[in-house]
Amino acid sequence: MKKHIEGKVISINGPIIKAVGLEGISMLDIAEVGPHGIIGEVIRLDGNIAIIQVYEDNTGLKPGDKVISSNRPLSVLLGPGLISNIYDGIQRPLVEIEKISGSFIKKGIKVDPLDNKRKWQFKPSVKAGDAVSEGSFLGEIQETFSIKCRIMVPPGINGTVKSIVPDGEYTTDDIIYSIEYEKGTYNGRLAEYWPVRKPRPYKQKLKSGMPLITGQRIIDIFFPIAIGGTAAIPGGFGTGKTMTQHALAKWCNADIIVYIGCGERGNEMTDVLNDFPRLTDPRTNRPLMERTIMIANTSNMPVPAREVSIYTGVTIAEFYRDMGYNVAIMADSTSRWAEALRELSSRLGDMPAEEGFPSYLASRLAEFYERAGYVKTLSGQYGGITTIGAVSPPGGDFSEPVTQHTTRFVRCFWALDKILADARHYPSISWIDSYTEYIDEVQEWWGERNIEWSTIRRDAMNILLEDERLQQIVKLIGTDALPQEERFVLFCAELIKDGFLQQNSFDNVDMYCCPDKQIRLLEIIVAFYRNGKELILKGSEMNDFIYLDFVSSIARLKSEINNDDIEKLDIIKKEILTRMQELKGIDKFEFV
Amino acid sequence: MTFEAEYMNLSKIIGPLVFIEGVRGVGYGDLVELRTGNGEIRIGQTLEVDEDKAVVQVFEGTTGLSLESTKSTFLGKSLEIPVSVDMLGRVFDGLGRPTDGAPQVVSDIVLDVNGLPINPYSREYPRDFIQTGISAIDGMNTLIRGQKLPIFSGSGMPHNIIAAQIARQARILTSEEDFTVIFAAMGVKFDVAQFFIESFEENGVLSTSAMFLSLANAPSIERLITPRTALTLAEYLAFECNMHVLVILTDMTNYCESLRELSSSRGEIPSRKGYPGYLYSDLASIYERAGRIKGKQGSITQIPILSMPSDDISHPVPDLTGYITEGQIVLERELFNKGIYPPIAGLPSLSRLMKDGIGEGRTRKDHAGVAAQLFACYAKVKRIRSLAAIVGEEEISDIDKTYLKFGNYFEEKFLSQGNYENRSIEDTLAIGWDALAILPEGELYRISRDDIQKYLFY
Repeated sequence: MKKHIEGKVISINGPIIKAVGLEGISMLDIAEVGPHGIIGEVIRLDGNIAIIQVYEDNTGLKPGDKVISSNRPLSVLLGPGLISNIYDGIQRPLVEIEKISGSFIKKGIKVDPLDNKRKWQFKPSVKAGDAVSEGSFLGEIQETFSIKCRIMVPPGINGTVKSIVPDGEYTTDDIIYSIEYEKGTYNGRLAEYWPVRKPRPYKQKLKSGMPLITGQRIIDIFFPIAIGGTAAIPGGFGTGKTMTQHALAKWCNADIIVYIGCGERGNEMTDVLNDFPRLTDPRTNRPLMERTIMIANTSNMPVPAREVSIYTGVTIAEFYRDMGYNVAIMADSTSRWAEALRELSSRLGDMPAEEGFPSYLASRLAEFYERAGYVKTLSGQYGGITTIGAVSPPGGDFSEPVTQHTTRFVRCFWALDKILADARHYPSISWIDSYTEYIDEVQEWWGERNIEWSTIRRDAMNILLEDERLQQIVKLIGTDALPQEERFVLFCAELIKDGFLQQNSFDNVDMYCCPDKQIRLLEIIVAFYRNGKELILKGSEMNDFIYLDFVSSIARLKSEINNDDIEKLDIIKKEILTRMQELKGIDKFEFV
Repeated sequence: MTFEAEYMNLSKIIGPLVFIEGVRGVGYGDLVELRTGNGEIRIGQTLEVDEDKAVVQVFEGTTGLSLESTKSTFLGKSLEIPVSVDMLGRVFDGLGRPTDGAPQVVSDIVLDVNGLPINPYSREYPRDFIQTGISAIDGMNTLIRGQKLPIFSGSGMPHNIIAAQIARQARILTSEEDFTVIFAAMGVKFDVAQFFIESFEENGVLSTSAMFLSLANAPSIERLITPRTALTLAEYLAFECNMHVLVILTDMTNYCESLRELSSSRGEIPSRKGYPGYLYSDLASIYERAGRIKGKQGSITQIPILSMPSDDISHPVPDLTGYITEGQIVLERELFNKGIYPPIAGLPSLSRLMKDGIGEGRTRKDHAGVAAQLFACYAKVKRIRSLAAIVGEEEISDIDKTYLKFGNYFEEKFLSQGNYENRSIEDTLAIGWDALAILPEGELYRISRDDIQKYLFY
């Protein structure tokens, strides 16, 4: 279709290759290098020298080896069959790689991203003669039980349908439709290529006004993220970044999850591969795998492919967003991606900025997070991409460049705390250092569930902040020296930490907490606090009531009450209030 | 296909690197043989190739090489070693050449020491509990077959004794198979290697283990290959011969220093503390060579040992290691000074694979709860201790005093044990319950009520 250019290698330094004789090649075009035809991308042009980064191990490559380019940018194939698949950084399915090369990944393996033998049941929704515009739907395929893959008119094409196949079974290679447009006729297939580094177009960015419900109490109540939002999870090693990412990927209410394992452990991907087919989505009761796409470029796989894996993931997410789905991207970890940038830029001899990172680190991070958002698509649908990136700061020090630059581009910051992790308090999200800018956006949604949401949240947060302040004093003089009201604050803060914030992802009841249960749990603790405070002000001894059995059972409610019998929590709340009223002994005490 | 030609045009020698000009047809990563003036042969590898120039790192160091008299031959292949089951019971240098006086290994199977990345899809998730007989590990930071669990230590602390104890006592409860031990030493002193040899000998496993020694007196650059030769043999034994291999790598800090040396000779832009920016990826290419593979019997369990310079866990070597490995066993100076063996720090130690390897049918139903509760309570002990140090032990509340009692019992009975004491997991959990029994029942909120009823008073 397009002409091939052939050149030759003149120098090799790690994954960076210089080649000559590639006149007419453009930036970011793909090149096949050497006898194995390993995939590379042109990242720089200098006179007649093209600088290429290769995405596979290039040991044994020699100067003089040929380089072939087909004048096409690095792209991903978008179409039915992406879901449930697991890819490497350049969209090669790992399952197919295993069939060819066994348990170890040999170099130069070429496999199709989508199974082009598989027949899909396609149902057209337009007919010949219909006028169609870019992004509009031509038909659909039931890709999994709950996901319909819509076949869309590629961006840039507006015209009339000249022909379209009838309802039937087709492969991704078959020509399905043709559209007459100003530049001629476009023949389309079920799957189309899209360049990874080019964001897919949409009509307009909007605010969604809906929180991404994650089932994790500390996130949903204290630091919520809106659909279409961006969040970062920074934390040193062992603080539970991956555990948090896994919990979000399992339980958040997105339609589709793109999980990018970028330069992390192989066994973590295996863990996901083991878990997701077994676990079911609480909303659809279907296996989680049926909404998950995985990109696995583990730490021992080639570094340049790690750099591109992030873009591969985002492009796939954009494809489903354009169909009107809510997609969540988990990128674990963006620091490894930044390190890949650093390694490549250092081999290119770029002048480094902070800590050896290239000066374009910030702009690359911004580009990545900017591809998130809730949008009105070209076809007028509403779809969103919520991006959650893990950050692995060296030594757990948040002042390092990747964390610092990331905070400029995300609006939600879930800081993981080493001290909490050491005490095995998970999720170890710090309620002191974390923040979110989405409160205003999700307030209305929560308000419809519980009118008191803002006040309960604020009161609980105040208890925690007061606790933090008092702990400074306690460190110096001990708890017993504090007045009773303050000791009661410490007690209630512990109750919030153990009974609300801490969440056991291995407990079948506690692993996912629905929003209605979340707010009720917190409401009980806050009500206990408000009434206890009253009791103390009226002269009761705190020790008279905090050791009662109903108090110690509050901390266990999270794992003893199921998501489907939350009415029990209303009863328990009433009981607690009655018991406290009895304590007071006398009549008309006004309870909050 | 490969043509061997001898070149004499050395243009430069910097540290472990030699620059050779006028070469043709040299591949990236190719092996090079350098012959010195007096006929000695050294091995090197190309790091960078241009049309007529190659940069070569010399594993045995460049001492004694001259620009004029050194001849180099490019072998057209990367560094490979022959592997065979007969290598067990033998001692090799860092490049896999025998140093025990016995003949060369002969085998038809020759493998590239760099290995190939395991396809993440082909991995089998490790779930088999290894009983090491050490309570601090079995109870709270369980080792799993196929895991990579490093020991973060400091100078003078007993990491070698712990590693040897693990190698001696490690058992899978459900099977009779023993571990095959592969030991790789990088830049450690002779007496450390001797300690392990003696320990294996006393235990009768010397004849079934292989040792790769690149000691402190060997050229520093050889250390870059040592873990790779050891793991190449380990992969062969595990995935071709169905063996369960335990690989001990000591000391990874020395390895990283050699990498830094090489990087600075090449004039690369350093990141933290002068270590190259690719230290993470380089370490991952070693540590990720552990695990299990679907459909294969064997496994590789890695215990890398590394010393933290001035006990600093945020130093790049332990820091990046912790980001790759599945947890870490951290040794603590304070416990060590108190005379507690093993001085395994309660809080910063972690095993990421523990969650799926314990519980009913694997260890015991209450294991996860007990471990979580011990962690939570011990964290509280640490807080109370720092408070008591300021206000005095008299001034703290009664419940806090009980916690201190728990803390002492935990350190003296649970953590502490003899280096020949081999505790079963039941013993370990029983001691854990004894410690928890010191606290009021209401404090045990991480354990289910069922388990409290079943185990607390029995």
